[in-house]
Amino acid sequence: MSVAGASAGSPLLAVRNLTKLFGTFAACNGIDLDVQPGEIHALLGENGAGKSTLVKMLFGVLAPTAGEVLWQGAPVSIASPGAARRLGIGMVFQHFSLFEALTVAENIALSLDGTIPLARVAERASELSHAYGLPLDPKAHVADLSVGERQRIEIVRALLQNPQLIILDEPTSVLTPQEADRLFETLFKLRAEGRSVLYISHRLEEVQRICDRATVLRHGKVTGACDPKRETAASLARMMVGADVPHVSAAGTSAKGEVLLEARHLSVPARTPFAVALKNVCLKVHAGEVLAIAGVAGNGQGELFDALSGEYPTAEPDAVHIRQRPVGTRGITARRLLGAGFVPEERHGHAAVTGMSLSDNLVLARNQSDRQAFLGGGVLGIIKSTAVRMAARRISEAMDVRKSGEDPPAGSLSGGNLQKFIVGRELDRQPSVLVVNQPTWGVDAGAASRIRQALVDLAKSGSAVLVISQDLDEIFEVATEIAVISEGRLSDIYPAGELSREKIGLLMGGLYGRAEPMTEAAHAH
Amino acid sequence: MGIVEAILLTVITAATPLVLAALGELVTERAGVLNLGVEGMMIMGAVLAFAATQATGSPYLGILAGIGGGALFSLLFGFLTLTLVANQVATGLALTILGLGISGQIGEAYVGMSGTKLPQIAIPLLSDIPYLGPLLFRQDLIFYISIALVIGVNWFLFRSRAGLKIRAIGDNHASAHALGIGVIRTRYLAVMFGGACAGLAGAQLSLVYTPQWVENMSAGRGWIALALVVFASWRPWRVLAGGYLFGAVSISQLHAQALGLGIPSQFLSALPYAATVVVLVLISHNRRTTLINTPASLGKPFVPDR
Repeated sequence: MSVAGASAGSPLLAVRNLTKLFGTFAACNGIDLDVQPGEIHALLGENGAGKSTLVKMLFGVLAPTAGEVLWQGAPVSIASPGAARRLGIGMVFQHFSLFEALTVAENIALSLDGTIPLARVAERASELSHAYGLPLDPKAHVADLSVGERQRIEIVRALLQNPQLIILDEPTSVLTPQEADRLFETLFKLRAEGRSVLYISHRLEEVQRICDRATVLRHGKVTGACDPKRETAASLARMMVGADVPHVSAAGTSAKGEVLLEARHLSVPARTPFAVALKNVCLKVHAGEVLAIAGVAGNGQGELFDALSGEYPTAEPDAVHIRQRPVGTRGITARRLLGAGFVPEERHGHAAVTGMSLSDNLVLARNQSDRQAFLGGGVLGIIKSTAVRMAARRISEAMDVRKSGEDPPAGSLSGGNLQKFIVGRELDRQPSVLVVNQPTWGVDAGAASRIRQALVDLAKSGSAVLVISQDLDEIFEVATEIAVISEGRLSDIYPAGELSREKIGLLMGGLYGRAEPMTEAAHAH
Repeated sequence: MGIVEAILLTVITAATPLVLAALGELVTERAGVLNLGVEGMMIMGAVLAFAATQATGSPYLGILAGIGGGALFSLLFGFLTLTLVANQVATGLALTILGLGISGQIGEAYVGMSGTKLPQIAIPLLSDIPYLGPLLFRQDLIFYISIALVIGVNWFLFRSRAGLKIRAIGDNHASAHALGIGVIRTRYLAVMFGGACAGLAGAQLSLVYTPQWVENMSAGRGWIALALVVFASWRPWRVLAGGYLFGAVSISQLHAQALGLGIPSQFLSALPYAATVVVLVLISHNRRTTLINTPASLGKPFVPDR
């Protein structure tokens, strides 16, 4: 509807030749963008395409190197977030900009001007949140809230300033499908009021569903402007990636072998007040299987990974079995020596030491499990640097890791390339059990498909693979079996073919009472 | 006046500098800055207060000199850690060493001189209340300021918008910056408030506690104040309680030593530290409350990415 009006009316926001340089690297390079009043405008692009940099400039968090911004036809310089808000621009950040130690009302008060007394903020926030169907308790501490509730605070906070343009940065990446639907309804309501929405996403399906127009970015440049409803997912993906993305083939991974990884009634109390306790988690991964664990962030995924990998051993030796040996109380090295491999979620500082070279990171991870290959000199443990460097090169070649120089520091690689190296570091050992947490989080589409294919291939060769992921597309690409984690409880394990997105969404919401009778009914038939 | 009142009076005198210095550091740390230079700022306040009193004859001008000296000295810390982004721990330690050195240099001329004691101010009517009156309402100005500051800081941090901003910066400085709050500017002010409080605490030492100048007269009180802030889980009323508990136990153990109870004196000297730690750990056993109150960005440098 607004596509027709787009060419006629004057835009609410116009961006002309906007450029941002970090050193010599152009994060945004001559961007042009028009947002019309009363439209939902998508900003599409892969990670690192420059979307977040662009909106940070629009919101006054970053200063542009060159180019101009026109607001209702007049050139403006947005020096600070405060200036952006005064113009009528509101923003919901991708990584929440909330203060965990403060209450909901305090968080909201911080972004309002000083004239409203603190006591009244709680009242107004509560009114507004109900008006838009986003219920909130103003007195709750943010630290105690779920990710979906936190996003509601951000949206209510932006709405309280009565903005003409609301920028949402990857809003659905942390939501269940049902929560996302509720968000879309709110967005439609805002559009009906004549407000504009700049919607940043890399999820094509969603953009096609709700957006009126789309601007596509790649490597900091605009590569297309279109009506997403008239494009196919494949044509949008081509604009985003610049090439066709190879399809992951999961065929032939269904042969079931013996159980290689098992958790028996695994319960772990919460280590910190903000952590999630694991409650009676039971799972089995057979050789040749990829078990994917879906769930919204912060429902115990990290805790489950810690318990399975032995980063925090459990109290019960029987709680975790690797290759049918009880290892619950054993540490991470003992488990690796049994042939298991682990890839944690956080690349920087957890899976890799960013300041050290790739080969040093390789030795750090495998100096015990592959002692003979990498260490010499008996008890002295002298590093065989040639062998290590050869192995690092082998891994880089196998996983197509693109890097500057022969053996650069891990931190200098892009997220996707570092992740390929970290996954490759484990695959190089041909582990019989591999546990991966969020394998392609923040990784570009090409690298993601390479990593997923490698996981599938490992399972095909007879290993047991467990993937913890928030990305439903990824789960359906790699999984042979799927389970859902919610508030530290694991659902039953379903064959991947039997689960729909809707069912996963219900399981994510923790609706076990309703989900379980459904499975019983299914068994009865 | 009986012996009990006399003891209680010395407890108040011993506790006041701890409460003041800890309160200032509390505000600094709530803004996310760890200033380990409390001891140095305190001793600078002590020597400048004494010197100004000697020069002008007025202990009130001495108090102002102590406050100003502490604040100026903390400004050095602020410039190094906030503008030049130096390491806060190392800079704080350097500040303490520097303060002890400079104060010794300045104070050399005043060693052995008898000082002017800050006069007591009796509050009409209230000071006539039996027992409590002479104890709480016939005190010096610094004591009244210390109590007013506890109430004021508590109100400021948890009821005012500026206090909310300080807590927000201490929790997550990147988000605070994204909201348009001046992180560096606010931190400068918080650091200077901490310095002013430490300077005032120093002035109390050289004008009330022992009205003369002795080298190193702060005697580790700055470090105790730092520990009090942590054990009080960054809450003003708990700082007050911790400061008075420490003062009470250290005074009573002195009397116990004088009575000769046969308990080794080393044990008694250690008692105030042990008692304060035990009590404050018990108060802050609730890990959730502690986590909510701990400034998450404490000690982390902030560089805006513009």
